[in-house]
Formats: sequence, structure tokens, C-alpha cells
Amino acid sequence: MQVPAQVEYEKATSVEHALGLLARYGPQARILAGGHSLIPMMKLRLVQPHVLIDINALTDLCYISLAGRELRIGTLTRHSQLLESEEAGEHFAILHDAERVIADPVVRNWGSVGGALCQADPSEDLSAAFAAMKGTMVIRGPGGHREVSAREFHTGPYETVIGPGEMLTEIRLPIRRGGGSAYQKVSRRAGDWPVGAAGAAIWLDGDVIADAGIGLAAVGAAHFAATEAEAFLRGQPATGQTLARAGEIAAEHCRPVTDQRGPADYKRHLAAELTVRALRVAVTRARGQAS
Amino acid sequence: MRLTVTVNGTEYTRDIEPRLLLIHFLRDELGLTGSHWGCDTSNCGACVVWLDETPLKSCTMLAVTADGRRIATVEGLARRGVLDPVQEGFKACHGLQCGFCTPGMMMTARWLLDRNPDPSEAEVREAISGQICRCTGYENIVRSVLWAAKHDGGEDSSQR
Repeated sequence: MQVPAQVEYEKATSVEHALGLLARYGPQARILAGGHSLIPMMKLRLVQPHVLIDINALTDLCYISLAGRELRIGTLTRHSQLLESEEAGEHFAILHDAERVIADPVVRNWGSVGGALCQADPSEDLSAAFAAMKGTMVIRGPGGHREVSAREFHTGPYETVIGPGEMLTEIRLPIRRGGGSAYQKVSRRAGDWPVGAAGAAIWLDGDVIADAGIGLAAVGAAHFAATEAEAFLRGQPATGQTLARAGEIAAEHCRPVTDQRGPADYKRHLAAELTVRALRVAVTRARGQAS
Repeated sequence: MRLTVTVNGTEYTRDIEPRLLLIHFLRDELGLTGSHWGCDTSNCGACVVWLDETPLKSCTMLAVTADGRRIATVEGLARRGVLDPVQEGFKACHGLQCGFCTPGMMMTARWLLDRNPDPSEAEVREAISGQICRCTGYENIVRSVLWAAKHDGGEDSSQR
């Protein structure tokens, strides 16, 4: 029987209240959102916070909205909300691709987008997706709010830039002309973490790649991104040959490790292959031939 | 701490430890042992109950999070002694062998049919993809849900 150790509990009634509780309890407090990573880790005593600050009543943090040329996602948005959001799917097909293969429908009902990002698991799909789309994280703290690029948000496995007394409140994704995006994942069974996964965002100017974003999960890519492959793609024609080379570059620069999900060389193969597949679909979508 | 929840239409108030998981609250505090406690890791889905209108895995949720909200468990599926079509379907199509996964399967199936009254086989399989039947009786479980879809009276279950 797995049960968490004894813990104090506070139910936040607003973001300000949550921030006040974080300030009061200090680093021994943890924010409880969907809890689908935190509670299993507490059961295994991998983390033992003294206090849980439950933000599940903050339904004003559950939203997906368009603001100008930007999609804004509240931190407590459930995975299922993101999957069902027409706005998210219309502008960022990658989000629906990724959400379809994150856990299972019942877990997606309660697991939260912000919680997944803050957990900072190196295999987490949305972290790669947001890295590909070059999103921005909005972090609230005692001194107001600050914005951090998705690529700077994760500082290592299970580590983020969120400091004491701070919390993630929103993710912003810029909507740019000529964009298309996709996510490709290989896992051992339905709903599992990826053996390897790649997200791609492409912005076309005619048939030339004006900009590219490539996110990788579970293959040891720094900050979930394949920046060298992106740099290679910029200014190139969107041909099969170019995309294939980008996949090779992405694979060269990641550092997968052998674990129970697969050997390192297989993961490196996946990094290349899934990058190419995601790029291919992203280009097709960018050309308006959504498949 | 004090917790008040409405489970299958009945309000309960209990003093509990914050660390108590919802599945144990339902089974051990309220004696509602229909929901099963299985893998403990949110993989198997035997513990699925509804929080308000949404099924979730109660082994991975603190009971205190449900304070002031509504919970529906498998015990609430039958209404006034009449089995829900989902339950009838499992009976008619032999949708259970050992029965351990059944409560979670039925709660998720009810949710699916409320949102999608005429699902394809693929949609049923997708809906229950977070639930494990260790008897591997998936064929009959899928048949049971499809049977229920055919025989569903379209009764509004949102007030559960």
C-alpha cells in the first residue's frame, strides 16, 4: 500500500493567496495541481513536502484563450481541455498531436498543463512541444510577474527556473504567419512515457523555411530543443533532403541514455526519424494541406 | 481536517488526515467498497470515480481536494433499483471475469456514452485505454459498452 507521508494542507482561494502561502511556508511547501506526478512521488517518498498548497479550486487558471496573435494557456488547464480546444488545435496542431498520446483519457482529465511543465520530467511531451513552438512561461512571485522563454524554463531534470515563492501561471504561444506544427512519439504501449519523441514547428515564407522549432523529449536534448538542426533549416527550401539532414543533426546533438525504455543508439535513431516525420507533417500543415 | 463531500447524492462529513487518498476515503471511511484500489500508480483505472462531471483516478487524488464537491461511484450507477444500461451491458455480454476492473470500466463507459451516445469500437477502446483488465477480457468489455450504447435510454446522468 502506497500512501504519502503526513503533510499539512492548505487550499488556495486565489493566486495571491497561493503566493502568500508559498511565502509563509517557504521551500518546504509544494503546489498541488493535478498531482499526477507529485502524489506518486510522495507515495514513494521521493519528495516529502511539509505543506501542500492545493490550487485545484483556482478555476480561473483553467483557460485557453486568444489574445491578439498569441494563444494563452492557464497553468491549471487540464490536458483534456487542451485536447478539446478548437483554438489550440487550429493554431497549434502539435498540441493535439501531443495530447492524444499523453497518458490516457482519465489521467488527462485531472493532470494539468502547468503541473506537467513544472515537474520537468526529461521525458515530458508538452515540454518538448512548447520548446518547439518557442513559447513563453509567465511566472508570478512576490515581486510581480516575469516572463521566461520555454527554452530557459527547464534547467535540468526535474528542475526549473521557478524560484522560492513563485508559481507558473500561464503559457503563451506566439501565432506567426505560415506556421505548421506536429508531434511524433514512440512509446512501448498506449499511454506510456515516450521512448523518444519529437515536436516540430515550421514557418514558411513561400517554400523557404523562415524559421523552425524542434523539440525533443526523452533523448537528452538540452532544454528539450534541437537548436543546431533549427539553425541548419533556417533559409533552406523545405525539401525531403533538407528535412532528413535536420533529423541527422538533431540526433547528433542529443545525449540519450540507455534505460528500461530502450538502448541509447535506438533512442538516437528515434530522435532522427521522429524529427524528420514531425518536420514533414509540419511542412505539409504549413502549406495548408493539413493531413 | 474536516471534509464534506456529496457521494452519490448523499452528503458526508468526516475528519480526515490531509494525506488520505480519495479511494481510501471512499472505501475505508464511507464503506463504499465498489471502487477498487488497484495499482496505486494511476495506471490500472480500477479506482475511477467521477468528481463532479469528470472521471478520474481516485488513487492519485487527495480526498480533501474533493471538499465541497460531488463524487459519483459505481454504487450510484443503478437508479431506484434499476441497473444502468452500462451495467446491463456488462451482464448481457459477459463484460467481466474476476470483476476487479469492472467498477472503473463502467464509470468510464458511462462518461463516454454521456458524451458520445453512439461510439465506434475504436472510440470505446480509446476511452478505456487508461484501464487495465488483467483477465484480458477486453473484447467482451468493448461489446458490453457497445451493447449499452444501443440500449441507452438517453437518461441524463449529469445529476449523479
